[in-house]
Amino acid sequence: MQKTVNQKAWFLVLPVFLLVAFSAVIPLMTVVNYSVQDTFGNNQFFWVGLEWFSELLHSERLHAALGRQIVFSSIILAIEVPLGVFIALNMPQKGLWASVCLVLMALPLLIPWNVVGTIWQIFGRVDIGLLGHTLAALGIDYNYTQDPLDAWVTVIVMDVWHWTSLVALLAYAGLQSIPQAYYQAAKIDQASRWSVFWFIELPKMQGVLMIAILIRFMDSFMIYTEPFVVTGGGPGNATTFLSIDLVKMALGQFDLGPAAAFSLMYFLTVMLVSWVFYTVMTNLDKKAGL
Amino acid sequence: MAWMAWTLPTIVFFVVIGCALLVMTVLAVVFPETPRRGLLRIETTRGDRLFISLLGSAFICMAWLGLIGAPLWWALAVCFLYAAAVFRWV
Repeated sequence: MQKTVNQKAWFLVLPVFLLVAFSAVIPLMTVVNYSVQDTFGNNQFFWVGLEWFSELLHSERLHAALGRQIVFSSIILAIEVPLGVFIALNMPQKGLWASVCLVLMALPLLIPWNVVGTIWQIFGRVDIGLLGHTLAALGIDYNYTQDPLDAWVTVIVMDVWHWTSLVALLAYAGLQSIPQAYYQAAKIDQASRWSVFWFIELPKMQGVLMIAILIRFMDSFMIYTEPFVVTGGGPGNATTFLSIDLVKMALGQFDLGPAAAFSLMYFLTVMLVSWVFYTVMTNLDKKAGL
Repeated sequence: MAWMAWTLPTIVFFVVIGCALLVMTVLAVVFPETPRRGLLRIETTRGDRLFISLLGSAFICMAWLGLIGAPLWWALAVCFLYAAAVFRWV
């Protein structure tokens, strides 16, 4: 059969192409240009070559921020993924309560990030916040503005509160797609609850859990607004994650060159993870025959 | 375009990448291909292999700069070897 060839659809992509060029490609090119130059303002630039990259790769400050970022992402993944799966396993499968649970779970996801930060900033205050005040009344010395450990606990609990729902909802969707026949077979074999989870539910959730882990990793790796609103990166530098450090460098100190080099390395790291994410996902789909 | 603070090396950098993309487009039109499975057990096309080469090269250069230091000419040679390996086996 002769297929008709019509390439006119490419013109439909043109608006998006132009939009992306102006919103992403041109700014990114400018960042690349900044990263090899120094400026003292007034749009005057001086060539410095790879100096900023070299400096940043040996910078204690960047290593520390990267270390904190990795610790943060690891902790929230280690909490949110098992907790999300646990919640999904215990949610009602159908009926009114299933809908109620779904709506309640979705609520934190709908709140803008800076509002989440403000909620927790007030919630944790010892003088007027419910959490801070209660902890103080219980005799616990809690102060997220002074104590680094308290600041970390606050930021992590906030992220868990904000994002566990996402993992739970994805895991719930994965569980719903398992045909009843699997459970019936398990019942005939007198499989224990643990075996049902390990041999049926977990393998069937593999795809959605992979999405959940990678989305949460990337989001937490780029986190800015919530910790910035709550702790501002403090006390000291205790909760200064990569993006907070980057903004301090670019807008606080107006070091455009180093900040541009920093952004590029940050961007490359995120791009590598996104690529792995995309590749793993598309290959999983192909294996499943979708 | 003055506000973008262009320099000759960055112009060359983007022109090379632009040309690579152009060559890929022309190749895709003139010699259509089917994706293949290589060393990484993932399906890749020429464009995917170019992307893996460029992204990997960026990390090779960063590693060279961090561990050995400037200049990066030998790192560039390693990048070309890496890209050749990616195009041959991945």
